[in-house]
Amino acid sequence: MLKVIFSVNGKRISVETAPTTTLLDILRDGMGLTGTKEGCGKGECGACTVLMDGKPVTSCLVIAAQLEGRRIVTVEGLAGDRIGKALQDAFVEAGAVQCGYCIPGFLMSARALLEENPDPTLREIKEGLSGNICRCTGYVKIFDAVLLAARRLRA
Amino acid sequence: MSGRTGFREVNQVRRRVDGIGLVTGRALFTDDYNLPGMLSAKVLRSPHPHARIVSIDPSAARALPGVRAVLTWKDVPRVIITEAGQGCPEPSPYDKFILDNKVRFVGDEVAVVAADTTEIAEKALGMIAVEYEQLPPIFDPRDSMKPGAPVIHDEPEWRIPIPVEMDPKKNMCGRADVTIGDMEKGFAEADVVLEHEYENHYAQHVANEPHTSICYLDPDNRLVVITSTQVPFHARRIVARALDIPVKRVRVIKPRVGGGFGSKQDIVTEPLCAALALATGRPVRLQLTREEVFTASRTRHHCITALKTGIRKDGTLTAIEMNVLQNAGPYGTHGLTVLTNTGSKVLPLFRCDNIRFNAWSVYTNLSQGGAYRGYGGTQSALAVNIQMDEMARAIGMDLPDLFRKLHIRKGEGSPVFAALGEGAEGHAMTINSCGMAECIDIVAREIGWAAKRGRPGKGKTRRGVGMAIMMQGSSITKIDMASCSIKMNDDGSFNLLCGATDIGTGSDTMMAKIAAEVLGVKTSDVIVYSSDTDLTPFDVGAYASSTTYLSGMAAKRCAEEVAARIRSVAAEVLEEPAEGIRLEGGKAVGAKGEAALSRIALRTLYEKDQQQIAAFASAFSDQSPPPFAAHAVEVEVDTETGKVRVVKYVTATDCGVAINPLLAEGQVEGALLNGISYALSERYIYNERGRMLNPSFGVYGVWFIRDLPEIRTFLVPTYEPTGPFGAKSIAEVNINGPMPAISNAVFDAVGIRLRKPPFTPEAVFTALNSR
Repeated sequence: MLKVIFSVNGKRISVETAPTTTLLDILRDGMGLTGTKEGCGKGECGACTVLMDGKPVTSCLVIAAQLEGRRIVTVEGLAGDRIGKALQDAFVEAGAVQCGYCIPGFLMSARALLEENPDPTLREIKEGLSGNICRCTGYVKIFDAVLLAARRLRA
Repeated sequence: MSGRTGFREVNQVRRRVDGIGLVTGRALFTDDYNLPGMLSAKVLRSPHPHARIVSIDPSAARALPGVRAVLTWKDVPRVIITEAGQGCPEPSPYDKFILDNKVRFVGDEVAVVAADTTEIAEKALGMIAVEYEQLPPIFDPRDSMKPGAPVIHDEPEWRIPIPVEMDPKKNMCGRADVTIGDMEKGFAEADVVLEHEYENHYAQHVANEPHTSICYLDPDNRLVVITSTQVPFHARRIVARALDIPVKRVRVIKPRVGGGFGSKQDIVTEPLCAALALATGRPVRLQLTREEVFTASRTRHHCITALKTGIRKDGTLTAIEMNVLQNAGPYGTHGLTVLTNTGSKVLPLFRCDNIRFNAWSVYTNLSQGGAYRGYGGTQSALAVNIQMDEMARAIGMDLPDLFRKLHIRKGEGSPVFAALGEGAEGHAMTINSCGMAECIDIVAREIGWAAKRGRPGKGKTRRGVGMAIMMQGSSITKIDMASCSIKMNDDGSFNLLCGATDIGTGSDTMMAKIAAEVLGVKTSDVIVYSSDTDLTPFDVGAYASSTTYLSGMAAKRCAEEVAARIRSVAAEVLEEPAEGIRLEGGKAVGAKGEAALSRIALRTLYEKDQQQIAAFASAFSDQSPPPFAAHAVEVEVDTETGKVRVVKYVTATDCGVAINPLLAEGQVEGALLNGISYALSERYIYNERGRMLNPSFGVYGVWFIRDLPEIRTFLVPTYEPTGPFGAKSIAEVNINGPMPAISNAVFDAVGIRLRKPPFTPEAVFTALNSR
């Protein structure tokens, strides 16, 4: 067993677990933060994307042993954040949400993108979201949503 | 409000009613429910494509600490079922036990374990001792009906609950043979006759949420099934049957569902999960891994289509003959109905007097076919649209002109509608709305057809443009039924309860908008609760493009009944006749005065002649009005590598009045991208023992964002008089276009005719070099 101390959505967390327990399992099973979804368990689909020290990571591939001192933000932590809230609103308004299973992951990737690049081109949005798979929307409305959020945040 | 314009909520852009829950991560999908004491379930799957279980010994697994149940075929009711989530009686053969002493594909269920943790359950799987007697498998559907072929279904309980032609001794699980007109005469009248074979491949839906069920016993010992399903009511019926318990003992709850596309129209995880809950008395969760979703859920049927058409030089189609061999896989779920839809969702689109549709569905020991967006229409749209391009070139006519000449029009019927239905005869129908002509014009213009067609350029990369047209239906005629109830609350808001099953499609929002339109309130004043078999009225569920058309019609009728009751109370309040009172802006508005709906609600609940203002309504249709679509695509083919790059893709869709335009466009774009990905890269790779070798997103070939072309989406408004506020369906139709449109564009670019997708660089390179 391993004891790690890190933060989730601004709260300090202490967890005792096997070193190989995934961050995804810690969030979902350990903390009841079920907004982060599992789509493949192999880091391919991006449904489980969270921010680790501000960078998007697939939480199914991050293990407890990597977590000491890290800052984790999940979809549950987005609403209290200016960029996160703008993205959430824009995703709903632009029609970017269909089943919604992939959306928390997209929001986290988009959150990291807009933090780094407040005025992204379509190409840069595609680049920034390239690790996330959506099977419902064809992505068009997701790009629209990120552009809309970016425009509002710049205004 | 039954007119064609002046909508207040319908056809307007509104936020989806469930949007906030989804973007905050608070909406609960099945796997998000965490019940006290819940066990994890895992399935032991067959390593063999075809084998009999000679012996199975679970005793070591049962003795493992933390294991709460191990079930084999000896421990479950021996009741033959179909897992196809269809109406009753199902048009699919009863050819499955929830666990059997025979396995029929690599991945078939052998045993199931419930344990305290997933790790313990997985460990227990390895401790179940199974001895198999391997049987010869069938991997090519062309071999299934040959004399002496192994019989995949030799169980004496096999039966088909409707009177249709099937014969398990010949591995035959679907048959259709329809002739309209005089084929010999038709082909004799043709100037050109073409005949080719087309073959589409296996595909998985790859909904982001894997199939998941949670089952538990409630305090009254009833079985509660929380499940990622498209068909809650069919799930209830089939689970009850499989476990040999009464329907009244089962409650199915559909929480949020993470996409389905047909894969969740079948009862894949529910019976085993429920059997474990009954065996242990504890809550049990069964979630498929992504690998299991690929190898052991459902696929699009692999299908070989031989198509022969005759045409005159002026573009008149004189005869069309389609011979179909469909690979149903190991169990016949949807085998017959996908087969008949392979004819009925394409043949009526093209005006022709002489038509033959001759089709078989056969068992093999590969992956199990099922419902998949497009439902056969995808298979045959491939063949017909490519052959139309071949025909257009043969007679020297531009393809869009040939499509313009041949497509069915408003006011016309097709003999195919009556001849071919859901596994049996169909129903005559006249087209009441058709925007196809405009769809063709739009996509031709937007792709730059006139300037680009036949101008591939020179050098290493060549460009080409291609086109395809398609149709689907809206619900299953005279079979599907949808219903809903609406009640009025104190503040003039409404609860709408429906069986319509929102799997991410936006149907909850659609229902709210339609009811709001009738009741003169905002969409946000209608609170929708859907798909709980104890609480909501019946609906067949999310399939056959039925929800907007049929469930929407139920919402409209129900709201109209509620509105009539509101008006009659308002008439007393306002002291004027009910006939002149309109509902708008949250008020009942008469000639002399007006009353807020809250005032009417409070009066009926507390003050005078107390009653609950509420209604139920059902919808059922003798029509299935097709949505229509046209696609045009520009591709770039690298002649050195064979890579096909989609440069730009344009779609135009006639779905009648779009109840929710943004969500309708989203349906188009999602179907389109799934179709493009299927055309170019998605595929099942099997080894010589029938094992799928590439069960993961990337290796299977799902498109990522980096692959995206420029996409342009057009909705062509028409008004379907039989639909709610003029609406038809939209969900499926657009998946049917990419395979043929891209194939036709590749021919335009480099002059090779691709009839067997996927059009991978390897396939295109090989074709380029074997000219």
